[in-house]
Amino acid sequence: MAGVAGPATGSGAAGGDGDDSLYPIAVLIDELRNEDVQLRLNSIKKLSTIALALGVERTRTELLPFLTDTIYDEDEVLLALAEQLGNFTGLVGGPDFAHCLLPPLESLATVEETVVRDKAVESLRQISQEHTPVALEAHFVPLVKRLASGDWFTSRTSACGLFSVCYPRASIAVKGEIRQYFRSLCSDDTPMVRRAAASKLGEFAKVLELDSVKSEIVPLFTNLASDEQDSVRLLAVEACVSIAQLLSQDDIEALVMPTLRQAAEDKSWRVRYMVADKFSELQKAVGPKITLNDLIPAFQNLLKDCEAEVRAAAAHKVKELCENLPMEGRETMIMNQILPYIKELVSDTNQHVKSALASVIMGLSTILGKENTIEHLLPLFLAQLKDECPEVRLNIISNLDCVNEVIGIRQLSQSLLPAIVELAEDAKWRVRLAIIEYMPLLAGQLGVEFFDEKLNSLCMAWLVDHVYAIREAATNNLMKLVQKFGTEWAQNTIVPKVLVMANDPNYLHRMTTLFCINALSEACGQEITTKQMLPIVLKMAGDQVANVRFNVAKSLQKIGPILDTDALQEEVKPVLQKLGQDEDMDVKYFAQEAISGTKRPSGSSGFQGGSRDSPV
Amino acid sequence: MVPCNYRAQDDEESWVEVPRTLGCLLQSSLQSNMLGPWCSPTGSPAPLSCETGCGEGTWILVCRLLVPTQVSLLSMEEDIDTRKINNSFLRDHSYATEADIISTVEFNHTGELLATGDKGGRVVIFQREQESKNQVHRRGEYNVYSTFQSHEPEFDYLKSLEIEEKINKIRWLPQQNAAYFLLSTNDKTVKLWKVSERDKRPEGYNLKDEEGRLRDPATITTLRVPVLRPMDLMVEATPRRVFANAHTYHINSISVNSDYETYMSADDLRINLWNFEITNQSFNIVDIKPANMEELTEVITAAEFHPHHCNTFVYSSSKGTIRLCDMRASALCDRHTKFFEEPEDPSNRSFFSEIISSISDVKFSHSGRCIMTRDYLTVKVWDLNMENRPVETYQVHDYLRSKLCSLYENDCIFDKFECVWNGSDSVIMTGSYNNFFRMFDRNTKRDVTLEASRENSKPRAILKPRKVCVGGKRRKDEISVDSLDFSKKILHTAWHPSENIIAVAATNNLYIFQDKVN
Repeated sequence: MAGVAGPATGSGAAGGDGDDSLYPIAVLIDELRNEDVQLRLNSIKKLSTIALALGVERTRTELLPFLTDTIYDEDEVLLALAEQLGNFTGLVGGPDFAHCLLPPLESLATVEETVVRDKAVESLRQISQEHTPVALEAHFVPLVKRLASGDWFTSRTSACGLFSVCYPRASIAVKGEIRQYFRSLCSDDTPMVRRAAASKLGEFAKVLELDSVKSEIVPLFTNLASDEQDSVRLLAVEACVSIAQLLSQDDIEALVMPTLRQAAEDKSWRVRYMVADKFSELQKAVGPKITLNDLIPAFQNLLKDCEAEVRAAAAHKVKELCENLPMEGRETMIMNQILPYIKELVSDTNQHVKSALASVIMGLSTILGKENTIEHLLPLFLAQLKDECPEVRLNIISNLDCVNEVIGIRQLSQSLLPAIVELAEDAKWRVRLAIIEYMPLLAGQLGVEFFDEKLNSLCMAWLVDHVYAIREAATNNLMKLVQKFGTEWAQNTIVPKVLVMANDPNYLHRMTTLFCINALSEACGQEITTKQMLPIVLKMAGDQVANVRFNVAKSLQKIGPILDTDALQEEVKPVLQKLGQDEDMDVKYFAQEAISGTKRPSGSSGFQGGSRDSPV
Repeated sequence: MVPCNYRAQDDEESWVEVPRTLGCLLQSSLQSNMLGPWCSPTGSPAPLSCETGCGEGTWILVCRLLVPTQVSLLSMEEDIDTRKINNSFLRDHSYATEADIISTVEFNHTGELLATGDKGGRVVIFQREQESKNQVHRRGEYNVYSTFQSHEPEFDYLKSLEIEEKINKIRWLPQQNAAYFLLSTNDKTVKLWKVSERDKRPEGYNLKDEEGRLRDPATITTLRVPVLRPMDLMVEATPRRVFANAHTYHINSISVNSDYETYMSADDLRINLWNFEITNQSFNIVDIKPANMEELTEVITAAEFHPHHCNTFVYSSSKGTIRLCDMRASALCDRHTKFFEEPEDPSNRSFFSEIISSISDVKFSHSGRCIMTRDYLTVKVWDLNMENRPVETYQVHDYLRSKLCSLYENDCIFDKFECVWNGSDSVIMTGSYNNFFRMFDRNTKRDVTLEASRENSKPRAILKPRKVCVGGKRRKDEISVDSLDFSKKILHTAWHPSENIIAVAATNNLYIFQDKVN
């Protein structure tokens, strides 16, 4: 009861006859029905506190029946309730009474909202483990049967997720029944239920005896894989992975592969998409031999599928597929069987396919080694760096580190630079934003010299971009560059250029100076901040634009902790006080904020600044 | 599974002035051309056989339901007699306002519920009378079950456009638990509604007594857990999902897929595919918008999924063609798999040919083997395996062929009539003017014209077949083409999924008829 201090504060309980420890609980119980969803939600989240106060007996006989019928509530309340009940066994009297939790969870498992139902199923699965084998058959299995034969498909879909937890612990006779129920759900009238059954097929197969897998699961799998609805068929692909993991090579060949081959050539692109999407898992599950004989040709077909979605999904898997091939003969196989198809994808008509490929193609260089990369992959990289679609170029640039390890980035730098410059000046600001984010990474790989020579001017140009988001990102970029290249570099190359902008006629650019100072001051340290930046900031306090002035106040607050006490007292304080008298309301406000803000940490920061100063 | 490259809709187009339908386009082009006096060719009038009976027998009125206005919401407890009084009260004061005009009617999958949407953005759900269900003569009785405001008028500030609250379509979802779910849409936004019953309410507070007075906390000596007590049945409608911001043009159709997982919404130029669980993303599967809007020659008028094959859907166009697409073939369905078009009969060619061939509704048969389309003068049934012409063509009101000019002038020619199948796909029903609606029996080839009007709204009255006179001589029980009332149109009808019960919307009245069983 110690945990309940909340709303009890005083409220007249002192001196009364009532038990004042009951009051907060009483509030919680009443708030279970409050008009305000947030209060109900809070109350539900503290359900364990209520149950603890009521004791196990009253929780079972009063609280749970009440909760069983409160399924009218908002989804978020029901979700919280479903989650709470999963951990309630101790509060209803331990495993012997775990079955008392089934009725409320059963009603939650039939609501229409999927997240609530899924959570209820998750809690039911949790509770099933706490049932004794006897209680499981007496209470849990009947619940599963009730749900599985329910009138509405919401209850039947929920049932699908419960078979695998009760099967391993049931007796032989009950096991037979459970399998029977599962079978009937796999051929349910509604596609919703068939989908739920298909998605749980693999999980259920794992807990079945091998014989039953072969005699019962495989036929179900074959049926679902040839369902009339493609939304069901595509889920069978997933089940394929789990089932293949359970079977021997021969059985896979005989029982699973016919279906998988059929799925890879399904009439519906969504099913083929699923095969492409799950390709790595399938590859691992069927083993190297079948992969070579069956999956590689299938993959080649997927790479040249007529539907762009499928090609894109397959392109995404190129690297993983190659990685997972057996070491022996891997290189030749990739060179002969995969690379020709990749070469075609580089000039695909669909930009999503190209950008999917660009996001993984660099990874092949580590697999193929230096020579092959230079001879075969490099031309592809270079072609993609010149692609018309910015996303493709960005994906190549963002994965440069893979190539850097193998052949060094110099090989690429000739083509890289024009690509970067073009992206940096792209008409779409989101593209510019994306390339800025890769700048620190590029700078690290290309080195200071190359950067200063070629890229520095770009970084400075972004500071005066006409889109705020770009200017902001450019500011952060500078900070990261300073972290990478050190303060000396900053002092020589960045800071002077930034400070010059303080005299720019455009007030937005003057403000950029302030934002840069905010970002750079910490990375640059006390000396540069005090000697070079502070004077400029203080000078700008007299700016004619109020926006600049209040940003001066904000900047001073920001860099205050970095400055030493003397500078704070002698230089910053008078300026802030002057701004505090400014005619503009906002300037006044932020100056006062800064004064009270710098005061508190000023004492400690002064000392800190001193101590930081000494080792420098 | 989320495919990666769904097509983003370009947002620059918001400044293009978008014609609402091709009809408007043509209208404006005509005004600019200023054609001379128009002589319409008289098409060969189809023989109008008015022998009674369509389907299994004659039709009788079961009840006439007014969509309750804000003023008088009919409560569930009221028995039929008081409702009648209410109805007549409303009728006598001719209460219908623009907002009360019914804009869509739809039975749910069991036929137990019937939903209507109106121009005021309201959805009214009627439930079949449980007690009378087994009484042959009263089995078609429905009572108000729930009423809620689905859409509100809005204003799009970016485009300076008013968005009407009018409900364009309602589609029921297959029932998944004790609650009912339906999709309703106006021009821009689709909403998923849950309609559920509640018959228990919690009682007992710790800090309050039964009257709601606060208790002195000091007197609390034991904790009370609330208990649930039965209460009067309450029906609540709650919005579960709002699918917004995906349509630049006006939504004309929504259709639920047989995979129970997705639905599509079609506007004038695009069709989007949605997952019921996901509101912030939809996939554009059809886009017929030309790069240059001046090259626009046709618009999408309706779209529907196949009842069983989750990968197949059709959409109709203002040029009188239907395209069938297979979503298995590719992610974007701009290229159709089948193209249904009837070659034009040159002898019938007129200035209005293109307008009257525009398809206003397309419906798959329950079996999924046929599609039915409605254009201005006819209903056509197409076999999915025959693309070059319809297998059946029914004249709905061919006598209007001579009046197209005046129908054009009063805009009636742009009316969007819907059409429905009966439960066994053997009878077709669609609306006409003068509160007439038509039924065609596909087996016996007999057809009938019936009238849904106040004058014959006596419950259990047998509907008399109506006849429109086309020649010069008018017989006693016939009505002349010239005296048809074109403001009374029946655009929306619905047929019970398994029984001979139909719902017919005539402005703000909903008539429910059943066939007479002796």
